[in-house]
Amino acid sequence: MQANYGYRDGSGEYYITIDTDKCDSCGKCVEACPSKILVMVSDPFDPMSDADIPIVIEAERKKIKYTCGPCKPVDKEREEPCIKACEPRAITHSW
Amino acid sequence: MATEDSEYWRWKEYNWKDPEMDWKDAEFITAGVDVGSVSSQAVITLDSKLFAYSNMRTGSNSPDSARNAMNWALEDTGLDLEKIQYVVGTGYGRVNVPFADRAITEIACHGRGANYMYGPTVRTVLDMGGQDCKAIRTDEKGKVTAFLMNDKCAAGTGRGMEVFADLLGIHIEKVGEESFKVEKEPPAVSSTCVVFAKSEATGLLRAGWPKNKVLAAYCSAMAHRVVTLLERLGVEKEFAITGGIAKNSGVVKRIEKELGLTALDVNLDTQIAGALGGALFAEALAKKAQKQG
Repeated sequence: MQANYGYRDGSGEYYITIDTDKCDSCGKCVEACPSKILVMVSDPFDPMSDADIPIVIEAERKKIKYTCGPCKPVDKEREEPCIKACEPRAITHSW
Repeated sequence: MATEDSEYWRWKEYNWKDPEMDWKDAEFITAGVDVGSVSSQAVITLDSKLFAYSNMRTGSNSPDSARNAMNWALEDTGLDLEKIQYVVGTGYGRVNVPFADRAITEIACHGRGANYMYGPTVRTVLDMGGQDCKAIRTDEKGKVTAFLMNDKCAAGTGRGMEVFADLLGIHIEKVGEESFKVEKEPPAVSSTCVVFAKSEATGLLRAGWPKNKVLAAYCSAMAHRVVTLLERLGVEKEFAITGGIAKNSGVVKRIEKELGLTALDVNLDTQIAGALGGALFAEALAKKAQKQG
């Protein structure tokens, strides 16, 4: 599942996409996030599944442009901590 | 004093049950309660078949709204809450359904509900709710494969349409047809924010626009807004709209036109999709619990 968390406003599109098919439920992204906007929960979009997946906390979803701002890399070699921590490469940012 | 006639935003609340069905024949009796920001629904299913439902406004107290919706759905069915084996709560107020066995997100429930209502060919579901809207992609079993929530505010939703119905003095249930009574489709209002759009509309009325034209401009703005949301996620056929706005042809037809796709039609209340999905999940979860003993 492609889970998109975020919003669009006059300045652009801000979405964090988590591909739960790639996710191996390791939880490293949750630890890597300095702002603690991610949390591991039992898959809320598939009640029949027992897998834990990371989600963006709902109260944080509409603030990610600002919350994630300090993590945005200054050059192309570096990556956001959540993206870097994810070995299966399940996390992407749209901006 | 406001009278019933002057409350243009007020839509009809009602309950329904299938007279052909008898709960005594059913093995699994389950229910879903969707406490939304504007409306609440309760759906009862018998062995995965729709049996009864209610649809009413959410009050200021979520647990009360959940109880009222459930009681109304139960009315005249001969059933009572104790006989329902599993209840799922969903919607904004899902954690406030006191008698629910489990809370499930409305995204999962709308995917599952739309799969029942529109059939397994549905791949894209647009849920246009009271205070937000969501684009959901599902597989043939109604399982969510991708989703995108709406933007920051309540623009492009049922609440916005209620505000406009009230401003223009056109009853909410007639908004769709009235919005087509224009000679030429006007340009969309530039703001989708309910508050800004309302001031823009007031300006247009003062400039001499007939109210149908203002309504058409607002419906187009709303349609355009959700189409942008859908396009970001990607639209795959078949396409369906759930939620209250699905009853508003003024918005639906404009979305269809912009997408170049026809939305599936259904002979069921589009507002019950979430609660129905909840009831179906409730049955699956009841079966799972039984297996595990």
